[in-house]
Amino acid sequence: MEMVKLTIDNKQVEIPKGTTIYKAAKQVGIDIPVLCYMDLKDLNIEHKPGGCRICVVEVEGRRNLAPSCSTEVTEGMNVKTHSIRVLNARRTVLELLLSDHPKECLTCAKSGNCDLQNLAIMMGIREIHNEDIAEMSTYRMDTSPAIIRDLNKCIMCRRCETMCNDFQTVGALSAINRGFMSVVAPAFEMDLEDSVCTYCGQCVAVCPTGALTEVDHTRQLIRDLANPNKTVIVQTAPAVRVALGEMFDLPAGTLVTGKLVAALRRLGFKYVFDTDFSADLTIMEEGTELLERLTRHLSGDKTVKLPILTSCCPGWVNFFESQFIDMLEIPSTARSPQQMFGSIAKTYFADKIQVKRQDLVVVSIMPCLAKKYECTRDEFKVDGNPDVDYSISTRELGHLIKQANIDFHSLPDEEFDNPLGESTGAAVIFGATGGVIEAAVRTAYEIFTKKKLEKVDFLELRGMGGIREATLDFDGLPIRIGIAHGLGNARKLLEDIRSGKSNYHAIEIMACPGGCIGGGGQPLHHGNIEILKKRTAAIYREDANKPIRKSHENPYIIKLYEEFLGKPLGEKSHKLLHTHYVDKSKKIIYI
Amino acid sequence: MSRIKVELKKKDVDTIREICKSFNNLPGELINVLHKAQHTFGYLPAEVQEVVARELNVPVAKVYGVVTFYSFFSMIPKGKHPISVCTGTACYVRGAENVLAEFKKNLKIDVGETTSDGKFSISCLRCVGACGLAPVVMVGEKTYGRVSPEMVKDILKEYDE
Repeated sequence: MEMVKLTIDNKQVEIPKGTTIYKAAKQVGIDIPVLCYMDLKDLNIEHKPGGCRICVVEVEGRRNLAPSCSTEVTEGMNVKTHSIRVLNARRTVLELLLSDHPKECLTCAKSGNCDLQNLAIMMGIREIHNEDIAEMSTYRMDTSPAIIRDLNKCIMCRRCETMCNDFQTVGALSAINRGFMSVVAPAFEMDLEDSVCTYCGQCVAVCPTGALTEVDHTRQLIRDLANPNKTVIVQTAPAVRVALGEMFDLPAGTLVTGKLVAALRRLGFKYVFDTDFSADLTIMEEGTELLERLTRHLSGDKTVKLPILTSCCPGWVNFFESQFIDMLEIPSTARSPQQMFGSIAKTYFADKIQVKRQDLVVVSIMPCLAKKYECTRDEFKVDGNPDVDYSISTRELGHLIKQANIDFHSLPDEEFDNPLGESTGAAVIFGATGGVIEAAVRTAYEIFTKKKLEKVDFLELRGMGGIREATLDFDGLPIRIGIAHGLGNARKLLEDIRSGKSNYHAIEIMACPGGCIGGGGQPLHHGNIEILKKRTAAIYREDANKPIRKSHENPYIIKLYEEFLGKPLGEKSHKLLHTHYVDKSKKIIYI
Repeated sequence: MSRIKVELKKKDVDTIREICKSFNNLPGELINVLHKAQHTFGYLPAEVQEVVARELNVPVAKVYGVVTFYSFFSMIPKGKHPISVCTGTACYVRGAENVLAEFKKNLKIDVGETTSDGKFSISCLRCVGACGLAPVVMVGEKTYGRVSPEMVKDILKEYDE
C-alpha cells in the first residue's frame, strides 16, 4: 500500500494514499467539524458531498480552502485545521446556513439533538450578520402517518437522499429544483404518503436538523392516560430495552428492561406488557407456516411457495408491496408481533379483564417509525377501532419519561405484568438482524425433528454482514437460510430469488441497519455504528439470561392456545394473527 | 410545479422505450434520454418521466430531480406559438425586460408558462445572434427586431385566428 506523509496542525501523519484529510486528521486525534458528511462504516455508506463547507481546512500553497471530507491527502501536504482563516470561513458558512434557517430552536422537536444547533454552540455564534436582509426559503409541510417533513429546516446535506436511494434503494427522495429553491422531495413533489416511501425512518435517523421528524403521539398518550374511562395498556418491543438508556446518558448497550417497566408503570399504564410475548406467538404461527410449506415441498407439492419470507418488519412489508408485487405470495402471512399483540389484547385480554374494546387503549413502544403507519392499516381494525391505537418511538418515550420528571436512574427493576408479559430468549432476539430466523429455527427444529435442541445459539445466523446465509442441519435435512438487513440488501436477495439464482427455504428481512436495534425510532446514533453493535450485544445478553429460550416453551403461549386460539394456523389464529398483502405499485407507475 | 395529467398511448410508451434503448438503457444517459424525449413530445409530463425511470432503472424522484434542475427541461407543453424573448446582454440593455413584462401582462402568464387555451407560451433565451436588431423576440420561427412594449399588442394580433 502506497503511503503518504503529511503534516496536520504540526503533527506528522503517515497514511495510505487515497485517504481524505478528514480521516487522516481523525487518525491523529484531530476532529474536524463536519455537517453534511456522514460515515456509516459497517454499512459501506460514506456520504461526502462536500456541500456544506463546514469542514474546510487551510492547505499550504493552495489558493482556496479545501473541504477536508472530500479532499485526498498528498505527499508533503501541510494542513491547518483551525487557523484564523479557517475559523472565519467556517463561521461565515455557518452564519449563511443559519440566515435561512428558522430560529425555532426552543420549540423544535430536534432541539438538544440537532447537529446544526450543536455547531452553532461549538462555534459560539452570537449573532447572524445580515440576517435582516436574508431571504427565507419556504416549502409546504408534509405530514404522513409516520414522518413529518418540515423543509424550512432542511440544509440540503442530502444524507436522507443517500439513505433512501443508496442504502435502502427505496428511491422516494431526491434533491429537486435548483439554487435557493432546491429541496429534497418525492417525485413530482407528491406527499410522502403517496410516494414509494416505506416509512423505514432511516432518513429521520440521519437528518441533522428538525427537517425530518417522527409524528409525535405523546400528547395523545398523555390525554388517554388521564382519561378515567380508558384502560391504557402498553407493549414494548425488544429493541427498546437495549437503547432507551442512551436517552438518559447511559452507555450504549445498557440493558434497562426492569427500569423500562418501572417507568411505564409510573407513567400510569394499567398493565405493562411485552411485545416479546407476541414475538413468541409470531414464532408459533410463522414457524408452523414454514414447517407446513416445507413438508408440502418435501412431499413433492409443486404449488408450494418457497422460500418463506419473514413479515415482522412493516418497512419491509411496505417495500415489497410497492416494489416486488410479483412476489406477494411468498412472505409469511403472519402479522407482526406489534399487531398480534394488539389483536390478542383487544379480544382475549379484553374479555379477561372485562373491558370493552373501545375503552381499551393499546399503545406500543417501538424502535420504529413504520409501526406508526402499520397500526393505521385497515386490515388491523375492527369496526374502525384499531388493534393497536398508536405507537410511540423509543425517542418519544425517553422524552415522555423526562417530561413526567421520573428519575430514570433511581428506578427499581420491575417485572412485566402477565399474561401478556412473559417471554423467552427467542423473542428478545427479534430485535437484532438474524434474530427472528434464529428464533424460528429453535422452534421449527424441535417440532420437525421431534428431538430436543441441545445448542440453542446459532452463531452462524448472527453478525452485521448485509447479506448472510447459512445451511442448518435438521436431522439430516439441510435447511438453507438467507438473512438481509437494509432494504438495498433485501432487494439483492429478492432479485436473486426472482432470477432463480438462489434456493433458500427461509429468509429473514429487516429494513433497518442491524435490524430493529437500528430502527428509525431509536435514539440517534449520529453516524456512530459502534452504538448499533453494542445494542446487538445487549440483545444476545438478554437472551442468554432468560430461563426459557424457545418460543413454544413459553407457558403463557401454551395457555393462550389451550384457552383461546386452539392451534397454530387454526381458524381463530387465521382470523386474528394473519394478514394479506396489497399491491401498492400503482403509486409508482400510472399508465 | 403545476401538474398536467396525460394518458400515454402504447405507441408513446414504445417511443420512449426506443429512445432509452438507443442509449442502452444506461442510467448515466438520463439527461440525453430526457433531451430526446422532450424533442419528441415537446415537453416532459410526469408520465413520460415514469416510463424513463422504469426503463433506466432509476427512481422517478431522481428523474424529476434532473428535470427540475435544468431549465431546458419543461413539464408544461409549449403554446402553439411559443414566444421567446431574448434577454441576452444586448437585448437586455435595450429594454428586453420591458418587452417581456408587456408580453406577461397581455397574456397573463409568467415565463415558462402557457396560456390556458394553449395558444401562447413565454420563454427567455440568451442571444439569437441578431444583436443589431436588439431587442429581439421570436414567435415560433418568425423573428421580430427592435421590439418596443408598444409593439407587443400588434405582434400578438398577427396570430388571431
